Amino acid sequence: MIRLEKRPQPSRAWSMATPLVAVLATMLFGGLLFAALGKPPVEAIRTIFWEPLFGEFAFYYRPQLLVKGAPLVLIAIGLSLGFRAGIWNIGAEGQYIMGAICGAGAGLAFYPAVSFLIFPLMVVAGALGGWAWAMIPAVLKTRFGTNEILVSLMLVYVAEQFLASVSLGLLKNPEGFGFPGSRNLQSWDSAHNAELIAGSGMHWGVVAALIAVIFAYVLLNRHMTGYHIRLTGEAPRAAKFAGVNPTRLVLFCLGTSGALAGLAGLFEVSGPSGQITIDFNVGYGFTAIIVAFLGRLHPVGILLAGGLMALTYIGGDIAQSNLQLPAAAIQVFQGMLLFFLLAFDLLTNFRIAIGKPEVA
Amino acid sequence: MDLSAINPVLLIASLMVAATPLLLAAIGELVVEKSGVLNLGVEGMMITGAIAGFATAVESGSPLLGFIAAAFAGAALSILFAILTQFAQANQVASGLSLTLFGLGLSALMGQSYVGIKPPQMGDIHIPVLSDLPVVGPIIFGHDIILYFGIALTAAVWWVLKYSRIGLVLRAVGENHDAAHALGYKVIRIRIAAIMFGGACAGLGGAYISLIRVPQWTEGMTAGIGWIALALVVFASWKPWRALLGAYLFGGVTVVQLNLQAAGVAIPVEYLAMSPYLITIIVLVILSADKSSAPASLGRNFHASR
Amino acid sequence: MKLTNLLTSAAVALGLAASAAMADTTKVGFVYVGPVGDGGWTYEHDQGRKAVEAEFGDKVETVYVENVAEGPDAERVMTQMALEGADLIFTTSFGYMDPTINVAKKFPNVKFEHATGYKRADNVSTYSARFYEGRAVQGTIAGHMTESNIVGYIGSYPIPEVVRGINSAYIHAKKVNPDVQFKIVWAFTWFDPAKEADAAKVLIEQGADVILQHTDSTAPQAAAQAAGNVITFGQASDMAEYGPKPRVSSIIDDWAPYYIARTRAVMDGTWESKDTWDGIGAGMVGIGEISDAVPADVKEAALAIKASLADGSYHAFTGPLKKQDGSDWLADGETADDGTLAGMNFYVEGLEGDIPQ
Repeated sequence: MIRLEKRPQPSRAWSMATPLVAVLATMLFGGLLFAALGKPPVEAIRTIFWEPLFGEFAFYYRPQLLVKGAPLVLIAIGLSLGFRAGIWNIGAEGQYIMGAICGAGAGLAFYPAVSFLIFPLMVVAGALGGWAWAMIPAVLKTRFGTNEILVSLMLVYVAEQFLASVSLGLLKNPEGFGFPGSRNLQSWDSAHNAELIAGSGMHWGVVAALIAVIFAYVLLNRHMTGYHIRLTGEAPRAAKFAGVNPTRLVLFCLGTSGALAGLAGLFEVSGPSGQITIDFNVGYGFTAIIVAFLGRLHPVGILLAGGLMALTYIGGDIAQSNLQLPAAAIQVFQGMLLFFLLAFDLLTNFRIAIGKPEVA
Repeated sequence: MDLSAINPVLLIASLMVAATPLLLAAIGELVVEKSGVLNLGVEGMMITGAIAGFATAVESGSPLLGFIAAAFAGAALSILFAILTQFAQANQVASGLSLTLFGLGLSALMGQSYVGIKPPQMGDIHIPVLSDLPVVGPIIFGHDIILYFGIALTAAVWWVLKYSRIGLVLRAVGENHDAAHALGYKVIRIRIAAIMFGGACAGLGGAYISLIRVPQWTEGMTAGIGWIALALVVFASWKPWRALLGAYLFGGVTVVQLNLQAAGVAIPVEYLAMSPYLITIIVLVILSADKSSAPASLGRNFHASR
Repeated sequence: MKLTNLLTSAAVALGLAASAAMADTTKVGFVYVGPVGDGGWTYEHDQGRKAVEAEFGDKVETVYVENVAEGPDAERVMTQMALEGADLIFTTSFGYMDPTINVAKKFPNVKFEHATGYKRADNVSTYSARFYEGRAVQGTIAGHMTESNIVGYIGSYPIPEVVRGINSAYIHAKKVNPDVQFKIVWAFTWFDPAKEADAAKVLIEQGADVILQHTDSTAPQAAAQAAGNVITFGQASDMAEYGPKPRVSSIIDDWAPYYIARTRAVMDGTWESKDTWDGIGAGMVGIGEISDAVPADVKEAALAIKASLADGSYHAFTGPLKKQDGSDWLADGETADDGTLAGMNFYVEGLEGDIPQ
């Protein structure tokens, strides 16, 4: 009889090895899927994982990994704090949108002024926008005890409608011939979140993501608030006795994750994306939830998980173009990867034992 | 503006149709959550049900067969989630999100050859005399059979949860899985059954969209209804009849919004489109006085050896 | 097909994709905003791609990426195609405008074609279709056919393209039926079949017996069919499966002639940047067959409008026309200039309601 035994402590070796095992399993099953679709399996797998990193045009794709991964990591870091404490913000997509709108709006109010103050102002406004949007579920939770999962999710749809509204009205480019969408911030130096070194992919959003990883690491390991977060998540009752103030913790966790999501939106709209449009958001807020869990809510893990997700997106697009794989096949492939990563995580915390259970 | 153009009878009738996929998916998820499991993969199971039902109905010519296939497909996909969370002890939030991603991709792959095809029609039930009654006729007696099934299912789930032994065990597992285990209940087995029931219901809801409400197949056609169903469960504070009410409210706001527009009421459309979500939040705050209902073990995994 | 795929991938593996071995084939890339299975906008662009393949056979290699989000993802996909040796890239959504211009700057030798935009460069052309000409034909049929005198119109987002279509349909419906009234519903989505179906049902319940749509799914067609005595028009693709009724005709986006011509221009070395805005005459806007549900005289009137639009003897926006607020827009016999049409953000006189802002 095969059964699971909980390890007294998570296995370090398996926690390193499981992602590799999962990726290998995905390659195997993904290859079978691609073969079933009549595509060369080895070639497809190689294209997805190898091409962006070491292929002929890796000089272009490697920086793109940073561009694609940075918002994911930035948002996921914020979310992981709350998740650790059992506070479920799943509305980061909405906070991301509001951050972008507030940040871009604050900047565009001064168009076309030239000042080095404009970009910092936008950063602050972006963070505040995301923070304020996350404060709605936070305050409702602390005042009325409403469920933050639901409120934050509902606010995503509200933010999407608001985005459509400002794209068509308030922030519409006056020189855009009536088409929806704001001015392009890329062509206004004072507001442009440009690459710090041309061609490197490094923009302020990437820098912010790296700072957030370090900040979260220090917070969780060296700081009282981090200790409270971990305690609340692992032993809520003990936390109560230890004098953790749940209200302040909710406000802190939701506020921080909202502010970081807002920042991600601001850096995106002022940099790679350039403008507010109806379809500005592309699901980073939801993907970041997966990234947070894939990284096991650990700052360094999240950094790696964000990189892996970015890799499958970029590699997937290359495979679509070069091998004419349908986008749906890439999506299934990503789904498989997530399933395997989650499933093999089991080996970190449990041991597979064969034989009769020992009677305690 | 011409509000007299809005026919309240037809409005209620079409509101019921708009609400049915939501209701089906929400009732399924309600049972899942009552057993202490949070499955965020509703959207993925719905869309898989939508294409499985559509394809089966087209191939067999029978919409009813399509619905049965959709229920099986939804349940089959939910087994993946069950394996991940119940055997592999994976985090439920992440597993559910992954399931949605997987389902969206899978359905698009399955549906490639079904774009632009018309499915066989599912007729409305027509009861002589009754269906022709004014007002009550179109509202109560003029629908398709799945709509009635949705309401019957709501009643059944309500009864089972409240009065039957199965319901008692299910609730016990959701409230405190360790205690339930100590009493000798098979926690994992019960949860898997609940997850599969939820998958089957979500599949039915998806097929209702692709076979009756729209009816056609296009990629991504559920367009977020699964997420709203999730919200609905919490909105209903895990009570079946409230889920029915909520489904009509959610479905209704969209229909009313479109009706007002067509009648020429000048209100900013984006803000109208926001209203279902804002109303939910407000209702949620009002209902928050009632804290008794959330299953205590919701979202927590169970491992017997602890 | 599979063999070519294998060969292509083998070539890529050897790093030969863009090198001399393949130089005699022209590589054409397509960037799509939706899935090729959307049955509407992206589907028709992909039909155009297939037409290019059919026309040139071995001489051409086409690649596409579907579901590409507007913004940085689009920019990356275009760059990737250019790096992999594409000679010509069609970017088929308005939101790809700035990314197209950005990438084009980096690859001066690659030609770009951006659909529905207004920014051009030496290696960037723009193209779009005068769908409003098709709307004029639809409006004519709608005006004749409606018995309730209520025409329902499902709009996506209030942008010039959609407003233009509403105006054109209304002008021509009114011309043949002075009592006609338009009920306009904005769905605020490009794609949500369930919502589109609801919108159609609402309009029908409020008395509309003709439904015009500017959203791409066939959901409104099915709703009209269920309702019975309602007619509709196919949008983007022919939607012939809903004929002869409710679907009595359609506006078809036919990109094939343009895609073939532009690919040939690249092959011949005669490609140059230009702005193309073609209508029925050039075949970019097709009118689907008018079904037998339409009486012969109405069909004749519709075909007459179509013919006069095609040969250029008639412009869909010909004065006298006033704006909704009663101010003069076009004098008798005057026709609208393309600039005004491109940015159209007002209703013509007679339409009720406001364009949402």
